[in-house]
Amino acid sequence: MTAEPATLSGSALARALAEQEAPQARAARRRNHRRDVRAALLFISPWIVGFVVFTAWPVLYSGYLSLTDYDVISDPTFVGLDNYARLVEDPRIRTSLWNAFVFTAVRVPLYVAISLALALLLNQAGRAAGFFRTAFFLPTMTPPVAVGVLLLLIFNGQDGLINEVLGWFGITGPSWTTDPDWVKPALVLMSLWAVGGSVIILLAALRNVPQELHDAALVDGANAWQRTVRITIPMISPALFFVVVVNTIAAFQTFTEAYTAFFGSGNTTYGNDAALFYVIYLFRQAFEFLHMGYASAMAWLLFVVILAVTLVQLRVSRRLVYLEGDQR
Amino acid sequence: MTTSAGLEPGTPAPTTPGPALPVRPAPPGPFPAGRPRRGRLVRRGVVIAALVGLTAVFVYPFVWLVSASLKPRSQVFDNRIVPRTLTFENYVAVWREAPMLLWLANTVLVTVLAAVAVTLSSALVAWGFSYFRFRGRDALFGLVLATMMLPGAVTMIPTFLIWDALGQVGTLTPLWAGNLFGSAFYIFLLRQFFLSLPRETFEAARIDGANNWGVFWRIAVPLTRPALVVTLIFEFQAAWTDLMRPLIYLRDSSTFTLPRGLKALLDQFGFGGEWHWEIVVTASVIATVPMIILFFLGQRHFVAGITTGGTKG
Repeated sequence: MTAEPATLSGSALARALAEQEAPQARAARRRNHRRDVRAALLFISPWIVGFVVFTAWPVLYSGYLSLTDYDVISDPTFVGLDNYARLVEDPRIRTSLWNAFVFTAVRVPLYVAISLALALLLNQAGRAAGFFRTAFFLPTMTPPVAVGVLLLLIFNGQDGLINEVLGWFGITGPSWTTDPDWVKPALVLMSLWAVGGSVIILLAALRNVPQELHDAALVDGANAWQRTVRITIPMISPALFFVVVVNTIAAFQTFTEAYTAFFGSGNTTYGNDAALFYVIYLFRQAFEFLHMGYASAMAWLLFVVILAVTLVQLRVSRRLVYLEGDQR
Repeated sequence: MTTSAGLEPGTPAPTTPGPALPVRPAPPGPFPAGRPRRGRLVRRGVVIAALVGLTAVFVYPFVWLVSASLKPRSQVFDNRIVPRTLTFENYVAVWREAPMLLWLANTVLVTVLAAVAVTLSSALVAWGFSYFRFRGRDALFGLVLATMMLPGAVTMIPTFLIWDALGQVGTLTPLWAGNLFGSAFYIFLLRQFFLSLPRETFEAARIDGANNWGVFWRIAVPLTRPALVVTLIFEFQAAWTDLMRPLIYLRDSSTFTLPRGLKALLDQFGFGGEWHWEIVVTASVIATVPMIILFFLGQRHFVAGITTGGTKG
């Protein structure tokens, strides 16, 4: 070893040792790295295959199909941007986009407000919270098809449960499932039944709000409302933002409940246009009318709309969401 | 590492680090001694009363549905909790009118295959992205996450054409086989769990002579069992309740899953001029009950999974 080992500090000693071993160590490390890459690729390979076959190729092919006329039976014929031009003219596109926007714009704020209210209540419930959390979560386990069936039954205009309850208060309920003006409100109300997942997320966030902040505010004389608005909500704003974004994306693509209740082989009489959400229209174009090219163009429009909405939300969130230094 | 001087004022104590966030019991109210006890008790009472009322609202549609399935045809819409005439006739009738047992078997088959396939493949991929270090790893993982942004509608049609070219349209294969290649959300979820395991454990196993597969299968997988159960039951629920893919891929009623069958029953007995809603209601109960059982078996895991996905996402 070196001449004055006693005067070397720990790190210098380590460095000296490392320098001595460097050539072999580096070669070994490189060998290890190569072996690591091979092993890693082997583990990742299912995803790589799936990505190429079920994501990359479909994305490219969908882009190509959107420029063609294609009915599955005969080969696609190239039509340029015709499908996109038709998107602009098709009144059903406007209707279905509008339906999706209205549904999302009404549902998401209600959904988030109710989840937050329930989570705040649960956070006050002490040991009983677990039991009630279960009760709120249970509806999210119901298959959406069954939710669609339930909607038709309990929102039935003549003898549905909802109108019977309204009747107790002397209110004559509307024909929820047949009046085009009331179809979307019924779908929104029914969808609020499934707030349980968001309640769990928000409750977990509430439990992570440090108690010291509340105590400090209490000392400063803040009342319960002020503490909620000034401390609790800013502290859980990342979770709130997550719930808003995820639910916006999901609401905009709503399909199963509305399709079950208002579309399908047996149902031709009801006011379908009121429940014609964008993804339902896309599905019908693709798999009922076999307009695969047109439906592909619709899918790209959907992609652009969702991307735009999400980017706007991200931008707004930068001003509204409070992020602790290292909590990401 | 920065020193504490660089931190913002009011930085709270670090939160629970691990991904499995057990919900902590609520902290005691502020200044328990400073407030009159009775005020707190009253407030707690009001909260509990409100929650009981809300619980009734949330659970009532279930009760309504089950109750309706136990009523004769003429009373299905009477909105009574306790049926005037209690009958199990509908449960016999639905078996006679539809191949319920076959639908149930199809659903179980698809659901089990879908859940097992996605759990195994996602665990493999997540392990590849968490244990090994190689150039381009983070970029590639970014691509995994980016695929979550792509709406399913974009890939829906070409995916259908793939299964069509393989002659699988009309069979149950397209409902689960895509899961053999992992799923971005579960890969993300499982990677979080793998990253939370202490690396020394694996190095120790290596020194004891375990190869890559051994470290994964005998050390990492047993240690992440809770996360794997989360993945299993999430996918179980997703596959059990899916309607869109069965609508796209299934043609003959002998291949239907329960949701697809329920939709067919609704079209036939609800709208189709026959007005046998008691059949539709009973089939709805049959499609729902397994999910309720799943929830009560795996409640803890549902909460843990949703919390991880929601707070780390």
